[in-house]
Amino acid sequence: MLRDITTLLAKDFRLEWRQRSALGGLLLYVGSTVFVCFLSFSLRGGTPPPPAWNALLWIILLFAAVNAVAKGFMQESAGLRLYYYSLVPPQAVILAKMLYNALLLLAVATVALFLYVVLLGNPIQNLTLFVGNLALGAVGFATTLTLVSGIAARAGGNGATLMAVLGFPVMIPMLLLLIRVSKNALDGLDWSVSSSSVTTLVALNLLVGAVSYLLFPYLWRG
Amino acid sequence: MSKPVLGIIISVISLLLTIFAVWGGQRLIEQRSAGLAWKALTVLLLLAASTAGLLIDVPRLPIVNESIRNLFFHVPMWFAMMLVLLVSVWYSVRYLRNPSVRLDILSHEAAKAGIVLGLLGLATGSLWAKYTWGAWWTPDPRLNAAAVALLIYGGYLVLRGSFRDEQQRARISAIYNIFAFAAAIPLLFILPRISGNSLHPGQTGNPGFNKYDLDSTMRPVFYAAVIGWILFSFWLTQVSSRLSLLQEKINENQ
Repeated sequence: MLRDITTLLAKDFRLEWRQRSALGGLLLYVGSTVFVCFLSFSLRGGTPPPPAWNALLWIILLFAAVNAVAKGFMQESAGLRLYYYSLVPPQAVILAKMLYNALLLLAVATVALFLYVVLLGNPIQNLTLFVGNLALGAVGFATTLTLVSGIAARAGGNGATLMAVLGFPVMIPMLLLLIRVSKNALDGLDWSVSSSSVTTLVALNLLVGAVSYLLFPYLWRG
Repeated sequence: MSKPVLGIIISVISLLLTIFAVWGGQRLIEQRSAGLAWKALTVLLLLAASTAGLLIDVPRLPIVNESIRNLFFHVPMWFAMMLVLLVSVWYSVRYLRNPSVRLDILSHEAAKAGIVLGLLGLATGSLWAKYTWGAWWTPDPRLNAAAVALLIYGGYLVLRGSFRDEQQRARISAIYNIFAFAAAIPLLFILPRISGNSLHPGQTGNPGFNKYDLDSTMRPVFYAAVIGWILFSFWLTQVSSRLSLLQEKINENQ
């Protein structure tokens, strides 16, 4: 199982590296949205107020995550799926995919935060909490969206729209928690204020991961 | 008895009650006989609770005043929605373990009944909010939660609409039903408690059970309304799933 996961993970990274256009497109997407924010705020004195700063960062990350995760299962044809099915258990596929998406989104979030801080100023007062929360958010987006992307890929046709329709409602509660903790980190509030939200986030990530793990074999069987 | 122990006992009892209600709901929905007794009880309870809800004396609390009567309509609708959605999820679980057209139809119709009750609950709540808070919609945690729940089931209907193959539609919508319910619905109960700035009544403790309905004249009417609306949601599911099953049969014979 563990060897299957590492093999699949290595395969995903190799594919990504050979097809650099997708990765480049993703980074360019993040870069250009941050740049558009920078341009629109530079009309009025440069840095946005902290609430707007926070909201925009999470919107950029949310859409980048949907774009990044969406292509994961959609690239794979039915024949390829059958081939994997004969080689590895479906649990290995979903775990490898979630892990891969989590790593990809962590990288995207780091790049986005760096560009964002460089261009739009740095109002963060508690950096450890902010970065920890960002990592938790990237992992959470990955776990939630991986199964949703598998579902959307099966529906065919307009997969990206369907992914937004199916994924956003599930992500809103998580996003509310993330934005709350991120606001606390921006304002430099004490850890005790955000501890219950962070515990809920960790629990939510575990729950979503576990449900995906249980449901994916059924998705794959057909 | 100490407070945490009492809390655990209450939680266990409500869990058992919920499991019993889901099991009983499935029995009622799948029932083959006419089931006159429980349907008569539903009509009686709903009529009695609505009449009494409009006529009995209610405590005059500041701000809410007469609008407290919404407790007899709005809250039972949400209870019924949660329960019938749980029934739908349980049918989805059963579908994945043992696929059949019948279980798919039952799960779909239960979800639709839940959506109808959710829309009713949203309408009554919005009306209440207009008179007590002065706005149709506010960014209150509990209201956000209601919107999320309806968006999820909107997504479920869109997903069902985007398949041509029936078996695939049944399997994948069952997966989404379970996933979305497990990922979002529990949080909708937790989030308002974490944020702690909700204006919505029943914000701490069990939703709906707080100082507003401590009044002993309101309790029996409230309980009657809850049971009545829950039975109504099962009835609705039964009728619509019977219709779908008959349509399915006609399609097969053609």
